[in-house]
Amino acid sequence: MSDTPLLEVRNLSKSFGPVQALSDLSMQVHPGEVVALAGDNGAGKTTLIKAISGVFRPTSGEILLRGETVSFSSPQEARERGIETIYQDLALADNLSIGANIFLGREPMRRAFGFLPVLDRRKMAEAAKATMALLDFHVNRLDAPVSNFSGGQRQAVAIGRAVYWNAQVLIMDEPTAALGVPEQRKVISLIHQLKAQGRGVVFISHNLQDIFAVSDRIVVLRRGVMAGMRRISETSHDAVVKMMIGG
Amino acid sequence: MSKTDPSPGASEASPPPDHADKAKTTLQRIADLRAWLFLGFLILGFEVWSRVSFGGTFLFNPFNVQSIAIFAVAPLLLATGQTFVIISGGIDLSMGFIMGLAAVVAAHVINWATPLMGLPSAVLFGTLVAIGVAMMPGFVNGLLVSRLRVPPFIGTLGMFGVARGVAFLLAGGTTVPVKNSFFAAMGNGRFLSVPWVVWITAAFVLAMHYLLSQTRFGQHNYAIGANEQAARRAGIDVRWHLLRLYVLSGICAGLAGVLYAARFSAGAAQAGEPLLLDSVAAVVIGGASLFGGSGTILGTVAGAFVIAVIQYGLVFINVAPFWQFISVGVVIIISVLIDQAQRRYSGGRQNE
Repeated sequence: MSDTPLLEVRNLSKSFGPVQALSDLSMQVHPGEVVALAGDNGAGKTTLIKAISGVFRPTSGEILLRGETVSFSSPQEARERGIETIYQDLALADNLSIGANIFLGREPMRRAFGFLPVLDRRKMAEAAKATMALLDFHVNRLDAPVSNFSGGQRQAVAIGRAVYWNAQVLIMDEPTAALGVPEQRKVISLIHQLKAQGRGVVFISHNLQDIFAVSDRIVVLRRGVMAGMRRISETSHDAVVKMMIGG
Repeated sequence: MSKTDPSPGASEASPPPDHADKAKTTLQRIADLRAWLFLGFLILGFEVWSRVSFGGTFLFNPFNVQSIAIFAVAPLLLATGQTFVIISGGIDLSMGFIMGLAAVVAAHVINWATPLMGLPSAVLFGTLVAIGVAMMPGFVNGLLVSRLRVPPFIGTLGMFGVARGVAFLLAGGTTVPVKNSFFAAMGNGRFLSVPWVVWITAAFVLAMHYLLSQTRFGQHNYAIGANEQAARRAGIDVRWHLLRLYVLSGICAGLAGVLYAARFSAGAAQAGEPLLLDSVAAVVIGGASLFGGSGTILGTVAGAFVIAVIQYGLVFINVAPFWQFISVGVVIIISVLIDQAQRRYSGGRQNE
């Protein structure tokens, strides 16, 4: 791990009117590191990732990307800088192919007959195949709409989109929540691969088993403040639960 | 299942079956082409009927083919715009009266401009003004749906009333005759023995097919219809897209109105009134889902021709015209049933 963190949050606070959703939170994510965010409902996990991913600006505090202060006014800006968010309800267009989903909003064009701009479907399909292979997910029918795939595979498509656009920090909001057990394990192995590729992952989960299976560190939030940060190797389920409920 | 996931050691989970590997079955391909099959069967049916009952041909009579094509022009133009809107998950109920409005405006403007600028330029000017006017209700529809989050059904229903009233006011409650021989020639003349209106419609529909199937606009239209939030998160400006979408729908209706005025040398506010639901029917018969996210222009073309062939063919074989409504209705229901069955078998989503 290098010394400069990939992503650093310094003294971040966010209030909505009188409600202090997050106060004075600091954390770091290094390359190849998986940081889990845990905490009860309303603890501020979602507020934190929304601030990082540019959905809204923090009230105070700083976000640093590779040691450089950044300020995003929209999720698009965050994405252009390499922070990609994968939502739990899968932001995929079900009727489009994997390639079309990877390139959604950024479709490559080519010139047919030398003048007519048309969608470059072959490029999309090839990129889809290569990207999905990178995630150990092999498809033959690249023109199939993603509605034909299982939940875990669709999660892989969402992650594949982030990987293709070379996201350095992936933020996942409960990536396993809607999935069956084998699918959850597939996603966990995907996260392992992202980690091996040197990307940083921040993921929210209610499932301690998942957290212990994949993350390096766990950040526990409680009512908008950090209740504790532990290395996974140095803590246990019970200790984490205690931090979450404030025992 | 032709292939299983090779899964190297890095993966700790056993690979789930890859549902997408199955090839498209013959049944699915047939279901995809159902509108064209319908059309083929219909033509075959009328052909057999006309041969048996009066020894004549239905399909190989150029007059019939031409009449059907002319008949299909206006509903097809409306249905083209409607295809875009329905794929995006909306519906445009105002198209029929936007068409009437455009017909009336075209008639008035051409009458006004003919002494000033001569026959052909007056027609061009009138056409552009009529389409420009047709874009306005489309623009308002777009604002209502995209900015003010009015459901398309209600927003365009409101515009249906507004366009209707404005069109009748401009027309003074009657039809507006056009005195311009060039315009009449455009509406009734032929080029290579095919009517000009059919050429114009074919070129326009081809351009719309390109727009839907080959451009980002079309791709985003499908994405928005399937999952608007996903489209927004992917960085698509959904509001700007919807605004342009309804303006496009207005343009389609405007062109239909101009061609109507050319064909009858008159603008009538009620020109498109009976065509609106035909246009929705054509889109649905053509394989689009009213839930959004699916449909093609080529399917809509087949759907529009299915309706035109039924309407013309029943008159041709001398059946009481009211059977038209019944047959078109039955075809719509069958199309939707096939669509639902197809979704069930292909494992895709049904109505959510």
